[in-house]
Amino acid sequence: MNSNNQTTDLDQLERSLRAGDELDPEAWTRIRDDLAGRADAAGLVDVAFERHDSPLGTMLIGATGEGLVRVGLPVEGEDAVLAELAMRVSARVLFASRASVADARRQLDQYFAGRRRRFELELDWRLTKGFRRSVLLATARIPYGTTASYREVATEAGNPKAVRAAGSALAHNPLPILVPCHRVLRSGGELGSYLGGPEAKARLLELEGSMRV
Amino acid sequence: MTLRAGAKPLPPFERVIDLHGPTVLRFCAARVGSERAEDCFQETMLSALRAYEGVRDADAIRSWLFSIAARKAIDIHRAHASVPKPVEDLEPLADAHAAPALEDEIWARVRALPEKQRQAVTLRYRADLSHREIAEVMQTSEPAARRNVFEGLRRLRSKADAD
Repeated sequence: MNSNNQTTDLDQLERSLRAGDELDPEAWTRIRDDLAGRADAAGLVDVAFERHDSPLGTMLIGATGEGLVRVGLPVEGEDAVLAELAMRVSARVLFASRASVADARRQLDQYFAGRRRRFELELDWRLTKGFRRSVLLATARIPYGTTASYREVATEAGNPKAVRAAGSALAHNPLPILVPCHRVLRSGGELGSYLGGPEAKARLLELEGSMRV
Repeated sequence: MTLRAGAKPLPPFERVIDLHGPTVLRFCAARVGSERAEDCFQETMLSALRAYEGVRDADAIRSWLFSIAARKAIDIHRAHASVPKPVEDLEPLADAHAAPALEDEIWARVRALPEKQRQAVTLRYRADLSHREIAEVMQTSEPAARRNVFEGLRRLRSKADAD
């Protein structure tokens, strides 16, 4: 071998070492599903999540072993929701099928189809604490098709003066729709803000027949 | 609740799979052959998930992950050491296996290199690790990692000449 050719040889060798077949996407999906199933069976998944298509767009539904811990609305962005879960619950967040999530998806479908007025699901409240949690617990009691004001919710949570704090609790609701913060309006009946965006709020109220046109 | 005061937060493990999973699988295929690549991959990722919350440096996830993969590859080699197989048998099976098929015989020749060179070359060209990351995985110095890659390449080249 002529030594002048050695650099070329090396380049060629490096190229063939780097070359490789692309991963078949279907096979990769199967391998990932397999991994998720094994990981969950071994108790290594602290938060299992799935994506769910709804009239509002693609939502994200996450569950711990205790119950549903997070519903992410489309405007929140999947990355942000997953990063938040990683930071506040556990970094062992994995896309994995679980009965609790499947059940939530089924009930959400029924809700959006107008065939369900109450959710019967186990909830994990760990992402909300103190007064905020009291506000959300009060919100969870507002019946389908009705609305309440921020002040009413604050009062129900034990502090009629904390209207602003109640608004903040609702804006940080980790379980929107399941905990119906969209049913809380301004005292004048104005829509008020919504973590899923005002259109989503209007849409949900319309679905429930409580939208005042 | 995970508290990692001052530290960069760990990404959700799902994103670790998105980012590094395919490379781990390619690395496994190169180290243990396509036939056993999936086992190597699954064991690596499960071990990683088991230990994930203990990771201190979110920037070193890649080299941490390949350290695990390198160990798993060695375990798999040892487990099968009692039934030595000719190199040809480690070549991809045409159908059932999804791991990237390494069609040319070059990886069979890499697998015949001395252990350190074989590992360094695989980490460099299959996992795309820097020399510094290779050193971290192999628990050696950066110059030693560089040397192992270089010696491996040299040997592969001289073998190519001999053919």
